[in-house]
Amino acid sequence: MEDMNQPSKYVIETRGLNIFYGDFQAVKDISLQFERNRITAIIGPSGCGKSTVLRAFNRMNDFVPSAHATGEVLYHDQNINHPSVDAVQLRRLIGMVFQKPNPFPKSIYDNIAWGAKMNGFRGNTDDLVEETLRQAALWNEVKDNLKKSALALSGGQQQRLCIARALAVRPEIILMDEPCSALDPIATLKIEDLMRELSQNYTIIIVTHNMQQAARASDYTSFFTMDTDRAGIMVEYNETSLIFTKPKDQRTEDYITGRFG
Amino acid sequence: MENTARITEKRTATAWKKPVSYNLQKKTRPTEAIIQAFLLFCGVVSILTTLGIVLELGKEAWLFFGDPEISVISFLTGTEWQPKIGKFGVLPLLNSTLITSVIAIVVALPLGIATAMFLSEYASPKMRSILKPILEVLAGVPTVVYGYFALTFMTPLLRGIFGSQNVDVYNMASAGLVMGIMILPLISSMSEDALSAVPRSLREAAYGLGATRLETALQVVLPAALSGIIAAFIIGVSRAVGETMIVAIAAGSGPNFTFNPFNAAETMTGYIARISGGDLSYNTPDYNSIFAIGLLLFLITFGLNILSRAISRRFREVYE
Amino acid sequence: MNPMKPKTFGSNQEMQDAEKNFLYRRHQRARLAQSVFQLTTLLAVIFLATLLVTVVNKSMGYVVVENKVNPATLSDRPLSELNNTELAQILRENLRKNRVRTLERTGFLEDQSQSTLVQLVEAEIIQPEVVESYNLFPSLINRSKIKADAAVSYPNAKVEFRYWLNGVFLINSMASQPELAGVRSALLGSLQLILITILTAFPIGVGAAIYLEEYASHKSRINRLIQTNIDNLAGVPSIVYGILGLALFVRALQPFTSGALFGVDGQNGRTILSAGLTMALLILPILIINAQEAIRSVPDSLRQASYGLGATRWQTIWHHVLPGAMPGILTGTILAISRAIGETAPLIVVGASTFITSDPTGPFSSFTALPIQIYNWTTRPQPAFQHIAAAAILVLLIALLSLNAVAILLRNRFAKRV
Repeated sequence: MEDMNQPSKYVIETRGLNIFYGDFQAVKDISLQFERNRITAIIGPSGCGKSTVLRAFNRMNDFVPSAHATGEVLYHDQNINHPSVDAVQLRRLIGMVFQKPNPFPKSIYDNIAWGAKMNGFRGNTDDLVEETLRQAALWNEVKDNLKKSALALSGGQQQRLCIARALAVRPEIILMDEPCSALDPIATLKIEDLMRELSQNYTIIIVTHNMQQAARASDYTSFFTMDTDRAGIMVEYNETSLIFTKPKDQRTEDYITGRFG
Repeated sequence: MENTARITEKRTATAWKKPVSYNLQKKTRPTEAIIQAFLLFCGVVSILTTLGIVLELGKEAWLFFGDPEISVISFLTGTEWQPKIGKFGVLPLLNSTLITSVIAIVVALPLGIATAMFLSEYASPKMRSILKPILEVLAGVPTVVYGYFALTFMTPLLRGIFGSQNVDVYNMASAGLVMGIMILPLISSMSEDALSAVPRSLREAAYGLGATRLETALQVVLPAALSGIIAAFIIGVSRAVGETMIVAIAAGSGPNFTFNPFNAAETMTGYIARISGGDLSYNTPDYNSIFAIGLLLFLITFGLNILSRAISRRFREVYE
Repeated sequence: MNPMKPKTFGSNQEMQDAEKNFLYRRHQRARLAQSVFQLTTLLAVIFLATLLVTVVNKSMGYVVVENKVNPATLSDRPLSELNNTELAQILRENLRKNRVRTLERTGFLEDQSQSTLVQLVEAEIIQPEVVESYNLFPSLINRSKIKADAAVSYPNAKVEFRYWLNGVFLINSMASQPELAGVRSALLGSLQLILITILTAFPIGVGAAIYLEEYASHKSRINRLIQTNIDNLAGVPSIVYGILGLALFVRALQPFTSGALFGVDGQNGRTILSAGLTMALLILPILIINAQEAIRSVPDSLRQASYGLGATRWQTIWHHVLPGAMPGILTGTILAISRAIGETAPLIVVGASTFITSDPTGPFSSFTALPIQIYNWTTRPQPAFQHIAAAAILVLLIALLSLNAVAILLRNRFAKRV
């Protein structure tokens, strides 16, 4: 166990990560570090394995029967792919927001409360719900309708509710898998504002196919592309400003200038 | 939005904090393990049921054939079933089972396919929404009610048409015809599934060549759905062979080796129902014989079901 | 018939005419076929209508009732207007002393309710007997002729219109005279039997469905074996389940199913418990297949959301998958129950009794059930039994229809809550 008073700079680190679907290699030899309380974006053309990598960080690939991974994903000095690791506890520490808003078919209130209660929350649930909804900048819009079904919200509100729901279990990291791809531009901007706000307390890793979003919202950007054998590889990783102004790799430049992808 | 951060600070302290332990060591969750074991057991019950059927039926049938006077061959080839004088030839029972089933299929197959054809190729959505529930109700009527229908409606009708001197009060034709009505909804719904599984593009290709709706339905859609319809046919046969109440009520009691559908003749299922309905003492040839016949019945229907499944699986592979 | 067959024609005009003709014939054929398909489909509707009409036709109509004793000779006022003392007196005057003593074993006749006493007078003294009965349609068409015939053949008899399905039919138990027989014990038997069936089959069926959908890997050999086996079991004839029940529950597990293990004085294993368990095995495959479909229809995104919050597998299933699948599971269960309510053959084999006059007293009592009663009455030669069989069928069909209505209501309510 590490010393909590001097946490390392990086919260998550991958070393030579390979992920396979059956015989097909989806991503190849990924080595990355993610810095604490920063927003890191993963961009790249579709099919390059960025979502696969993201889902490897909280072992959501466990539910794809053919998927398996080699290499290391280190989280607090523990390789999360090790058989002794408890994936349930891992997912409580590393939350996730999905591509399509997927609130539970319950009330707004229950959507927030359920995950926290299940993870052992014993405090005042009303306070927790209010606080979490405020964090997600949703409180003012829903405070009078907390008992209403979450499915009655708009797409953007649903997605912020899903973020709030993830916040309520107090994770350390939030993984976001193209969280805005199903939303309109205004809702997208609201989510980006929210991400900024949250990065004071949380580490955020976001996969996006939208380059402007990465440029606007992230501190670091990692560019993925497909190798000749269709396996995803990591091309370049740097501060976002540098990636978009002075890309080192020709492939990155082609992609961000729109010549490819 | 502006004061979000401040509120967060204030409240987090009182509510619930970030975790202090990042230990990912696997936890033991006994409840989860117990639940999973229970669920596995639930799944295994079905296997136990099959084993139970095979073992119990097999065991008692073994006792039945263990009688030196009865051999498997004389059981399967004998044309007389008279337990009183020790004659256990299953052919009379098997024969009337087959005759009633054939009558049922002759009624149900053409009607079922034509109904499926109408529902899948012609009927408007509104019409389907009326007709399908009616077929479902027809499928949901208990078979004992069909038996009553056979005895109080079909039999008098047949006797009225063909003359009561030609048609017995209990007869295979009446039971078979009503059994056909009973399996009609089964065949039509399975056939309709098969027909609607044929891709639209195939129909459009035929229409594009100037085919009429009938030509498309008969010459393009029907052949493409053929294996699904054959599967429906086999399931229909299996249902007819295993049906008990209609034949027990309307086909007559007492084995009779006859090919005349207007005669009374007991089927395998009818025999089992009659013998076990009386006062039955264990370990008598009567008691054991229902297990031998039950085993034969099980093997026939189980075989038919497997065959039907194999055929419809091959069909699915073609189009998916 | 090959429409592509090339044809040779004389002139251009002829060719055009021939082509038109050919097209016309094709369309005609198509129209003809369409009406044939339509007619056959209509036939299914006709079958259902005929079936229902047959049952209704038999369930009511004129009866010619002959009384052993004319009520007018007992009292100058109608029985229903007499008070308890008067009725009791009639009973004392007309019955033998022994009979009166038997009737008074539980208390004085005068203390019984007025309606009980009227019933006693009718059953014990008047003893109405249906000497002739008619179906509904003849009753409607030949009313006057029926009355005239009855007046000739049975001068002392009364002609009345009878609904065989009436209040008395529902509260009376089995009796040897069709006029007095009812479905009470059969209904209660069916009810208790179904209760045992549900209590056993529902948890096991839903459990198996959860296992197959949420835990089992679809590749593992044992799981595929379980799945195929369930599909095949759904097609096994119900009477085979009856034979299994006879060998397993009635005979092998007799100490358990007769209640001997629990200190109940059970004589044999032919009890409600055996029948309920047999029925549970019978509907299990249907229940599992329906529940699997319902579980499959819960979107994967819900499971992912739940796992993403750090929920365990069972927490995910219990809080999200099951609530989402519940409407489908319940509908499927109700369908399975409707199947069980109407099943007759397995009950015959596991030994339902046909002549039970008392209410079933719990899982270890011998029993009769509604379909068994229908079967029994149908096979009786006296025509009056055909009428009460029709009445019992109406009870059964009404029960099934209301069950299905409940299924629809349930589904709608769950759908709204989400």
